[in-house]
Amino acid sequence: MGKVVRYALVVLGALVMLFPFAWAVITSVTPDGAVLATPPDLTPDDPTLDAYGRLLEAMPFWRIVLNSAWIGAASTILQLVTGAMAAYAFARLPFPGRGVLFAVYLTTLMVPMQVLVVPLFIEMRMFNLVDTYFALLAPSIASAFGVFLLRQAVAQVPKEFDEAAVLDGAGHLRIFVSVILPLIRPALATFAIFGFMASWNSYLWPLIIIRSPEFRTIPLGLAELHGQFTTEWNVVMAGSVVSVVPILILYVFAQRHVIASVAQSGLK
Amino acid sequence: MTAVKTKAGPKAGATAGPKAQGRRRLRYAGTVALFLLPSAIPLTLFTLVPMAASLWTSLHEWNLIQPMTWVGLGNYAELLGDAETRAAFWHTLYFIAGYLPLVYAGGLGLAVLLNRAMKGRDLFRAIYFLPVITSWVVVALMWKWLLNPATGLVNQALSLIGVAGPGWWTDPVWAMPSVILASAWKDLGFVMIILLAGLQAIPKEYHEAARVDGAGGLRRFRYVTLPLLSPSTFFVIVISLINGFQVFDQVHVMTGGGPAGATQVVVEQIYDLTFRYGRAGMASALSWLLFAVVLIVTVVQVRAQRRWVNYG
Repeated sequence: MGKVVRYALVVLGALVMLFPFAWAVITSVTPDGAVLATPPDLTPDDPTLDAYGRLLEAMPFWRIVLNSAWIGAASTILQLVTGAMAAYAFARLPFPGRGVLFAVYLTTLMVPMQVLVVPLFIEMRMFNLVDTYFALLAPSIASAFGVFLLRQAVAQVPKEFDEAAVLDGAGHLRIFVSVILPLIRPALATFAIFGFMASWNSYLWPLIIIRSPEFRTIPLGLAELHGQFTTEWNVVMAGSVVSVVPILILYVFAQRHVIASVAQSGLK
Repeated sequence: MTAVKTKAGPKAGATAGPKAQGRRRLRYAGTVALFLLPSAIPLTLFTLVPMAASLWTSLHEWNLIQPMTWVGLGNYAELLGDAETRAAFWHTLYFIAGYLPLVYAGGLGLAVLLNRAMKGRDLFRAIYFLPVITSWVVVALMWKWLLNPATGLVNQALSLIGVAGPGWWTDPVWAMPSVILASAWKDLGFVMIILLAGLQAIPKEYHEAARVDGAGGLRRFRYVTLPLLSPSTFFVIVISLINGFQVFDQVHVMTGGGPAGATQVVVEQIYDLTFRYGRAGMASALSWLLFAVVLIVTVVQVRAQRRWVNYG
C-alpha cells in the first residue's frame, strides 16, 4: 500500500470519527428556524448561543453536570479505598477461608447489572432510598473488579519491601499506606480512570432509581432533554456538547495513560 | 534479607505466652476485618443480597405492589414458550450479527493502518478513541440526529446523489441497522486499540521470513498477521459478545425498542417487564436466563479457542 493511500485512509477514518462531534457543535449554534432547513447549512450564517440559553432554562443543567461530577469522583474514591484495602488483605494477610472469600468476590464480578437492577430497586424502596444520592452511589461503593485488578498489583510488590518496614516496627496499616499504596500507583490510576468513566456514562441504574430532576445525572438529563425537545435538535446537541466537554478535557490530559491501560487490561 | 524470619501474621507471637498469643490473634483478626469490611459490606448489601433476591423473585409472580405469589419455575417455563422472549433473543442476535463483523473489520483496518510509524500517529489514535470515552446516550443522540429521516445529514447527503434515504430508526426494517451503525462507530476505537497492541507484539522477523520466501502483502496478512493476531481477536470477540448480549443504552435512547418492537432486545424486555407490565418475577427470570446464555456462550468460546487461537 502506498504511503499516500495509507495516509489518505487514516485521515478519512479520523474525519468519520470527528464529524458527528463537529456536526453536534454546528447544530448547537444554529438558530431555531434553520435547524431543520433543507439543504442543511454546514456553516450557519448567524451562529447563536440561544440553544445553550434554552438548555439552561429547561433544566438545572449545571446542577446535573455537578451531580455527575461529584458522584463520579465519590464513587471513584470509594472504590479505590475499599478496593485497595481488600487487595492488601487478599495479597498480604493470610487467614483461613481467604481463597473461598476471594472466589465469592470474583463471582459478584460475573453477575451483570441487568440481573441486579430489579432487586436492587426493591431493596432501595424497602429502605425508602429511591430517588436519593445514596441510592445512586450505592452499587459503586465497592467494585469486585477493582479488588481483582489491585490485588494483582499488590501481589507483584516484592515482599522484601514489607519486611523492611516490619523491621522498622511498622504495622499493617502503615505498611499499606506508606509502602504498598505508593508502589501500586499506576494500577490505582488505571482503575480511577475507568471507575470515573463508568460512573459518568452510567445510564441503566440512574434511569431506574432517580425520579426528581435535581438528582439526575448527565445521561439521564440528556435523555430527558430529548424527550422534551423532540424536534429541537439544537437544544439537544447543546446539551450533548456541554456534557462531553468535561470528559474531553480529562481525556486530553490523560489520553496516553487511558489508551495504554486499555491496551493492557482490555477494559473500557 | 535471608536472616529475616519474622512473618507478618498470627505466627508472629509464637514465642510469647498463651494469653499474649490470644490477644495477638484477636488483634490480627481485627486487622483483617478492618481491611476487608469496607468492601465486603457494600458487596454483600448491593450485590450478593440482590443476587439472592433476584433468584427468589424469579420464582414468584409479583407486580412490585401486591404480595408475591409463589409460582416455582413457572416464570422460566413461560419464558421458554413465550414468543416475545424468543423475539427479544432474536433481535439481540441480529444486533450482534451486524455489530461484531462491522466493528472487527473496521477496528482491524484502522489498527493495520496505524501499525506503521507515521506522522501524527498518536493524534489519530487519540481521535479514533474519542467515541469510546463518550457516553452511550450522547452517541445515540448524535446518531439519531444524523440519521433523522427527513432532515438528518445522512439522508440529505444521499439525496444529493439521487438516493432516497430510508426512514432509519423510524422504519422497522432500518431501525436495527441504525443502532448497529451507531454502536460500531462508538466501539471501533476500542477494538482498534486491542488489535493494535496485538499487532505490535508480532515479531518483525516473521514478516521478514515470509517476505524472503516470496509471500506478498496479502498472503503475509493472511498467513502471518491473522494467525498471530488470534489471541487479540479472541479477546475482542469474547468481550463484544458479552457486551452485545447486554445491549441497552443506545437502543433505549434511539428507538426504545421500537418501532413496532423491531429493536426490542433482551435487556429492553427486562426493563419493560418490570416497569411497564408489572412482572418483576418474570423479569428476574429473564435476567437469569440472559446470564446463563452469556455464560454458556463464553465458556464454549474459551473451550473452542484451542482450535483456532494461536498462542505462539
